[in-house]
Amino acid sequence: MSDNNKKNDDLDYETTGHSWDGIQEYNKPLPKWWLMVFYACIIWGVGYSIAFPAWPGIKTATAGLLGWSTRGNVEQAIKDHEAELAPINERLASVELTAITSDPELNTYALNAGAAVFRTWCAQCHGSGAAGAKGYPNLLDDDWLWGGTIEDIHYTVTAGIRNEDTDVDYIRQSAMPAFGRDELLSDEEINQVVNFVMTLSGEEPQNASLVEAGAEVFDINCASCHGADGTGDRFQGAPNLTDAIWLYGGDFNTLHDTVFNARYGIMPPMGGADLSEAEIRAVATYVHGLGGGEASE
Amino acid sequence: MADTETPAPSLYEAREPIFPRRVSGKFRNLKWVLMAVMLGIYYITPWLRWDRGPELPDQAVLLDLAGRRFFFFMIEIWPHEFYFVAGLLVMAGLGLFLFTSALGRVWCGYACPQTVWTDLFILVERWIEGDRNARLRLHRQKKWDFRKLRLRITKWVAWFLIALATGGAWVFYFTDAPTLLHNLVTGQAHAVAYTTILILTATTFAFGGFAREQICIYACPWPRIQAAMMDEDTLTVGYRDWRGEPRGKHRKGEGADQLGDCIDCRACVNVCPMGIDIRDGQQLACITCALCIDACDDVMEKIGKPRGLIDYLALSDEDRERGGSTPRPVWKHVFRPRVILYTALWSLVGIGLVFALFMRPEIEMTVAPVRNPTFVVLSDGSIRNTYDVRLLNKHGEARPFELSLTGSDNLSLSLEGEDDMVVDVPANETYLQRVYVTAPKGTEEAQDERTSFSLWVEDLTNGTKAENDTVFNGRDN
Repeated sequence: MSDNNKKNDDLDYETTGHSWDGIQEYNKPLPKWWLMVFYACIIWGVGYSIAFPAWPGIKTATAGLLGWSTRGNVEQAIKDHEAELAPINERLASVELTAITSDPELNTYALNAGAAVFRTWCAQCHGSGAAGAKGYPNLLDDDWLWGGTIEDIHYTVTAGIRNEDTDVDYIRQSAMPAFGRDELLSDEEINQVVNFVMTLSGEEPQNASLVEAGAEVFDINCASCHGADGTGDRFQGAPNLTDAIWLYGGDFNTLHDTVFNARYGIMPPMGGADLSEAEIRAVATYVHGLGGGEASE
Repeated sequence: MADTETPAPSLYEAREPIFPRRVSGKFRNLKWVLMAVMLGIYYITPWLRWDRGPELPDQAVLLDLAGRRFFFFMIEIWPHEFYFVAGLLVMAGLGLFLFTSALGRVWCGYACPQTVWTDLFILVERWIEGDRNARLRLHRQKKWDFRKLRLRITKWVAWFLIALATGGAWVFYFTDAPTLLHNLVTGQAHAVAYTTILILTATTFAFGGFAREQICIYACPWPRIQAAMMDEDTLTVGYRDWRGEPRGKHRKGEGADQLGDCIDCRACVNVCPMGIDIRDGQQLACITCALCIDACDDVMEKIGKPRGLIDYLALSDEDRERGGSTPRPVWKHVFRPRVILYTALWSLVGIGLVFALFMRPEIEMTVAPVRNPTFVVLSDGSIRNTYDVRLLNKHGEARPFELSLTGSDNLSLSLEGEDDMVVDVPANETYLQRVYVTAPKGTEEAQDERTSFSLWVEDLTNGTKAENDTVFNGRDN
């Protein structure tokens, strides 16, 4: 900065030689290293554009000598992630189902992994919050068609509902007869039994005078699956008709429709090609922990 | 118009090496003390231990980025308390305003890492290669004989070791220092640690050894900003040109009595680490390290003139001094509205932070009602709401937290996965607990669209409580 030749006199400063209307421009040069850094950046840029994808073409860009790509990075990251999770997935797939929740690490992992699986594979029907919809069971409540223990849920996810294509030994299989459409019951009898069913869960029947006759119809035609008291049978997936929860609706018209045409809700099996055992166990743990999970016997 | 006859001047200039001469005096001594204290703090802090219990790290100062915790002796900052860090940054900003408006670029001259490490590097350089004249000779010596080679390599090795220790110390702030040191030496540390050390070593070596004043002049925005905070009462390093000029060698018979006090010995220029001449007046490159004051005072003493030809001066005193009157006392320059305002703001933020720190709740709970769906009908017709409750255990051991509910008679509480209302929250963790609140069928709560109630959490170890108000959604049809 300081120089013996430069005096504290403005006139002695070197100028660029430029002069506008008598105003001269001082020469206050940048340091050489600054220039060198600039050149280094240019060289770096040339090298970079050779080594990495850089120059756009018509359809694609130059690939670069290093073969680097963002897609490859993602693939590698996914692979790394899976490799990292392999041990805990293996543990999750091999422990007793009932032991998952008592292992804090496994439980936390299963709940988070299960939430992700649920949102990918289950939320389409059961809703992102698992509250279900008409015909699609609410998984948050304490009412289960096929059982709410961790084992039951695990089996349901694996084998699906009313699915005939799986290779598993036991299929959650049942069918309610279409009492009206197939002319198993007369219109009169259907009206009677619907009024009776409404009383099972404490609803006001549409026509109280038909209830008594309905009880008889129920006893003959419905009790074999739904039970004499109407509390259902989980082995056959026959709903409990005495509680406050209706899968399709508990009003007269909906119940009439149910008895007349029957219902045949299905769920695809997730075992096999779609989900791994660890993923099924994760999502079963997640669903079991949503509030309705039942203790295993 | 451009004058085409003169050749185009060079647009780029080679750096002129600077060889600051050794100096002694009160400012130099102050800077030695400050350097020792600040470097000592920097290098030693990661090695201080502080017992926090079995589950928490025992490092006194630790920025645990992976665990998202900041430990500072007895204080532990969680991510949601980051406003403490923001507050400290505000204080740092106001502190800079305060010091700059009172004492000019005192940060640049005494405390900036670039200044401190450059000072250290120059000290090492002097120990190895000698003082200014010896270093100049060595620099001008074209031939790389054995002596020059030996001195240069010794210096570079010494610089490198300092740089390595500097880069190395940095990473110790982010993880357990003894473990990391062991891993670093045995080659087991993470690549991030090695890369960080490498980069910081390289920058320390280059900035402290070679770039030095170039960083201040070309790379740092601070000199430009700080000038805006100074005014005519700011005390900053200056030259009393009304006393010194006209300068000249005081040779007898050459009209020495016509000259000012400056004997043009260039002592102030020779000691300057920025290589500037303070007699040119205030300039961007001056970091106000005050070494020229020491150098000039030394000379003034020798030639029997009063000290302070170069001194901490305020611009407002110039007219007064030119007129022959005495300058205003230092405290009058310092205690002016601007400085007092900065001090007040700075203290206010500081007091606020200390207050907030000691008012921090010991346990915390956040309650997030699950709105998807807002309520669930159970088989007996009762209505249930779900809440994601996050419980913060800031202690070094797992603690039992008991949850309870107040504000409504019919609502009952249950916890996912627990038989009772007690949940064991692991040490130093935010624990997510799914909580159910149920209203029996037919009750007011089950039918009203909204019912307010409070969730309480109690640390059963010491009885500390926290409360959170939330709402219960009934069947709104």
